[in-house]
Parts: sequence; C-alpha cells; structure tokens
Amino acid sequence: MDNKVAIAVNNVSKSFQLPHEKMDSVKSLFINPFNRNHRRFESQHALKNINFKINKGEFFGIVGRNGSGKSTLLKIIAGIYATTSGSIEKNGKLVPFIELGVGFNPELTGRENVYLNGALLGFTKKEVDANYESIVEFAELERFMDQKLKNYSSGMQVRLAFAVATKAEAEILLVDEVLAVGDADFQRKCFDYFRELKKNKTTVVFVTHDMSAVKEFCDRAVLIEESKLVAEGRPDRVADKYSRMFMDEEPVKAIEDGPQRWGSREISIVTVEVSPKKITNKALPLDLLLTIKAKDDIKNPMVGFSIKDATGQIIVATNTKLQHINTGLVKKGDILNVKFSLPNYFSDGKYTLDIAIEAEDASRVYDWWEEARKFTVYEDSPVPFLTSPDIKITTKLDHA
Amino acid sequence: MNPIKKAQSKYRYSIILLKQLVITDFKLRYKGSALGYVWSLLRPLALFAILYVVFVYFLKIGSTIPHYAVYLLLGVVMWSYFVEVTTNGLSAIVGKGDLMRKLAFPRYVVVLAGSLSALINLGINLVVVAIFMVINGVPFEWRTLLIIPFIVELFVFALGIAFLLSALYVRFRDINYIWEVVLQAGFYATPILYPIDLVLKVTPWIAQLMILNPVAQIIQDARYFVVTPNALTLGSLYSQHQYFYVIPLLITLIFIVLGAMYFRKRSPSFAEEI
Repeated sequence: MDNKVAIAVNNVSKSFQLPHEKMDSVKSLFINPFNRNHRRFESQHALKNINFKINKGEFFGIVGRNGSGKSTLLKIIAGIYATTSGSIEKNGKLVPFIELGVGFNPELTGRENVYLNGALLGFTKKEVDANYESIVEFAELERFMDQKLKNYSSGMQVRLAFAVATKAEAEILLVDEVLAVGDADFQRKCFDYFRELKKNKTTVVFVTHDMSAVKEFCDRAVLIEESKLVAEGRPDRVADKYSRMFMDEEPVKAIEDGPQRWGSREISIVTVEVSPKKITNKALPLDLLLTIKAKDDIKNPMVGFSIKDATGQIIVATNTKLQHINTGLVKKGDILNVKFSLPNYFSDGKYTLDIAIEAEDASRVYDWWEEARKFTVYEDSPVPFLTSPDIKITTKLDHA
Repeated sequence: MNPIKKAQSKYRYSIILLKQLVITDFKLRYKGSALGYVWSLLRPLALFAILYVVFVYFLKIGSTIPHYAVYLLLGVVMWSYFVEVTTNGLSAIVGKGDLMRKLAFPRYVVVLAGSLSALINLGINLVVVAIFMVINGVPFEWRTLLIIPFIVELFVFALGIAFLLSALYVRFRDINYIWEVVLQAGFYATPILYPIDLVLKVTPWIAQLMILNPVAQIIQDARYFVVTPNALTLGSLYSQHQYFYVIPLLITLIFIVLGAMYFRKRSPSFAEEI
C-alpha cells in the first residue's frame, strides 16, 4: 500500500443475514436436520462496493442519514464487523471511539474504571499510571475517583470517559458522533480536542450528522446514501449534497387516527395543501390551504397550525383566535376553507406542518393532526440558520 | 525485529486486556457482599461440611479409603472448577455483547479471562484442600506436586469446551439449558461423591467406561498423587492396557482443537450476531 495512505477501503460490501424467525434454536435443527430451508434468511445490504482512500494526517468525514450504512462502514474499518466482500487496509495503530466509556462498569470506582477503559484502549497499567493525574484533572473529578461509577451523574461519566479517550496515542482515530452527548461546555472541550488532533496531523475518521462540524474540521468527506457512496471530496460540497437529500419529499398519507392524530371529530380536517409545490422563490408567499368539514354545528371553531424544522423546533405557529379571525357558525355538513398566507422566510431544509381545530374556548380538541404535511424549501445558497428572510440591505458610504 | 519482540507486540493488546479482565472479574465477584473475598474460602468449606456430614457421617461411603474427607473435597473442588470454566465460557461472548459491538479486540481473550479467573478460584480452593490435608494428616511429598500436569490437562479440556460453547451460544440460545443438563448428568457419571470402587464391584465395564471421561481420569489421578495411592486410576482399571490413557488425552485434544477452530471460524461475525 502507498505509504501516504492510512486507510484504504477496497470495494467493500456488507450484507447482514437476518433470520426470519427471531432466534435460531436447536429445535429447528432437530425437527428437520436435512431440510436446509429451515434457515430462511433475509439478506440486507448495508454497504455496496464502497471504495475510497484516507490519507495520513487527514481529517476525514463520513456523513449520511440514519440507516444509510455509515456506522456499519465505521465498524468495518474498526474491525468489529467482517466484510462480506472487499477488504480494508490499515497503516498504523487504530483506536475506535464508537462510544465513550466502553466497558465502564457501574459497580467499579472511577479509578478502577479508568484502568479498565484504558486497557480496552490498549494502555498498560504503567501507561495509565503515568497519565492518571492528568486524566483526573481533565475530567475535573478529583474528589470522586474512589466512588462507584453508579453514583456518578451521566455528565461526570462522559467527562471521565472522554478524559481517558483523549490519552489514546493512536495514529488513526475513529470517532462516531461522540459529540452528540454532553452539554455545551463538554462539546467545546471536544472541539478543542479535535483542533489539537488536527494540529498534530493525526488521521481522524469522523462519522457525523453535524454538517457544521464537517465543514469546520474535515479536509475531505464522503457521503453514504442507501448503502452506496454517492459523493466524495470537499467537505462543503459533500455537506451541501447531504442537506439536499432531505428535500426529496415523500407524500404523507392521510391518517385517520393514531399517535399523530387525535380529537373528537365533530369537525375535522379533510385536506391540507401547501402551495407552491416547489418552494424556491423567496418573494412568493407560502400558502397553507385547509378544507374542513363539520359533522355537527360548531360555533367559531379555532383553526391553527405550527411549522417545525427538521430538528422539531417550532419555527412559526398561530391560530385564528390569536389573529382575531372569526370563523363563524359552521353548520353540520358545511365545508370551511381556511388559507394561511405567510412570507417565505424559511431557510433551506425540510419542514413539517401540524394542524389543529379546537373549540372557541380551547376546552375541546376536535382534530389535532401532527405532521399533516411535509414540505421542503430550496435555496441556492443555504445558510445554517433557523430562518432566512429576504433581507434588503442598503449601505451608504460617507467619505471623510 | 526478533521473533520474541514481534510476538510481544502482536499479543501486547491481548495481554493487557487479559490482565485487566481477570482483575476486574476478581474485583467484581464479591462486590457488595459483606464478607467479600472470604466467600472464596467459605464456599468450598461450607460445601465440604455438607458433603462430609452426608457421605462420611451418615452414609459411611468410602470408609475403605483413607482420608476420604480430603479425597472427597479434592474431587468436588476440581469438578467445580470444570463447571465454572464451562459455564463462564458459555456466556462469555454473549455477556460481553456490548463490548463486542464497540471494540475490535481478539475475541478469545474474554473466554480465556473467564477460565483464568476460575483458575485463581481453583488455587484458593486448593489452599483449603491443603489445610484439610494438614488437619487429616495427609503427608506432603514430592509426588503431591504431580497434581500440576493434571490441572493443566483439566484447564485445557475445560477451555476447549468453553470455546466451543461460547461460540455456539451466540447462535443457539438453547445451549445453556442443554449444558446445564449435561453438567448434572456429568456430576453423577463422574466418581466425585462416591468412590469408583463401588461401581467396579458391581459392573466393572461401567467403571472402565467412566474413567475414560477426561474429568474422571483427571480427578482420580489427582487423588492418587495428592491424597492416597489407594485411589483407583485409569492405570489401575486398565492394568493390562495402560495405553488406554490415550483416550482421555485424545478427547481433550479433540475438544481444544475443535473448540478453537470453531471459535476462530465464528468469531468475525460475533459482533453482528449477538
């Protein structure tokens, strides 16, 4: 292998054999030992013909949606899973952080866990001894080291685990979304550690959803989608492609009842439309069109909506009552049409729309429908902020 | 790099891990119990007290064998070791599933660690045996040390089974129930509580068959060297055909080779199958 290459992924495929019955039992062997059909497996392809190389000293990102196969790929690189076909070549000592604090045992003290976790990362007792003071200091747990781990808060556990992990003297580090845990202070520590790794030219393979981290740290990245490698190269390009993937919207089925829809239904939502279909033009308003049908006479029902972004954060919400709109007396069999028209200040991304109809005094829910529609906003130059209103900028330069 | 250094660096990680797993296992064993490590000694002592009362005091079995109490204890201690290694081994891989899914380390280490911590336990139990030897007036001689090769044989045999069971258990979760039954049967099919002399008197060929079981052969040989030359060994049951010793040794060899091979073949897929 080329000496500059740290990891070469050569045409790697992986499929999992999922047995149809949950557990293979010896019984099935006894009942019909000669019938090979009793082993009915379903093959699930997790990765298909993946090829790429990671150079020494590179900060390399692997991005993809949940279930795309990116974590499987990381586990194959780490040597936890075997490949179905293809091979992985590694050049240098590799340490995986699939999860912080692997092997931590709640019954052991903090000190004992440091030695155990350290051994799992390949430290001898001497090496842990030498680093022990600085681990404890970094974790800020001086007073707690002789307490059992089960008495630690989750934040303390993460700090301890991370403190041990940072001591790993690896030539290649595999990091799997460790950053998803911990508070802001902890995340800052993580990022500081990443910067240090980057400065020291450690080869890092980083699996994440966090596109801003990819853009900040990675030298190169790959995008995995539906088991295939769909993009490789500059992190900003890969991150943009990743963001775009969320824009292929799938139609939402009208559901009658379930965890996403409830209410007494004296009056209920019949259709929900978002217009325009393809939301690209900032100048055009966004229209939400509802048709509502009554089974009873309802006086002045309150109709409202809320729009959430991909993370579940409500971006905007209102209802007819807040806006002082009287919907009037809706008689049995009547159809009520409601249109909400709002300026398009949404930034690039995917959104969900919740609709609710309640009694005038909010004493009763007639129909509450979460994720009644999904829609996507496309922008030519996406910004990573909550909203992206059309901003008019004027400048005036006064010369001295 | 010279071959020793090379082997050291190749197995460095395994050795570090093995040490730490054994230490952790030992620390965890009696965590939370008031008497802690004292239980390591109390358990065989209590068991011995029961066996002594039942078999020596009431049933009066083995009155023909000198130092029958120590004879009994040694058998029980060695059998318990065999049980501990194999049952530890059985659940070694599945029990450490969390670790398997998150780290790539040589999988055999966890099975080996389980059998080594059982070995430590055996050592402690043998101390208890030694104490009773003193009390009973069993002489310590050079020949007492000849128990060591048989402990090695037992270690290898039990480890072979542990490898096989641990890998099988990943796929077939019925194995633990089956193994429980096998151990129960094995306990009575092995001359642990009763002297094999009793069987020999009734049906000699059954005694001859029983002694071919490596655990029975090992226990009898250990008793022969440690407790009393009156203990019947494979050698004395097949006095005309000493070469029958090959059979338990062969069984041991078959299990360790088969167990290691099967384990090696299955281990790459442990992480995804657990």
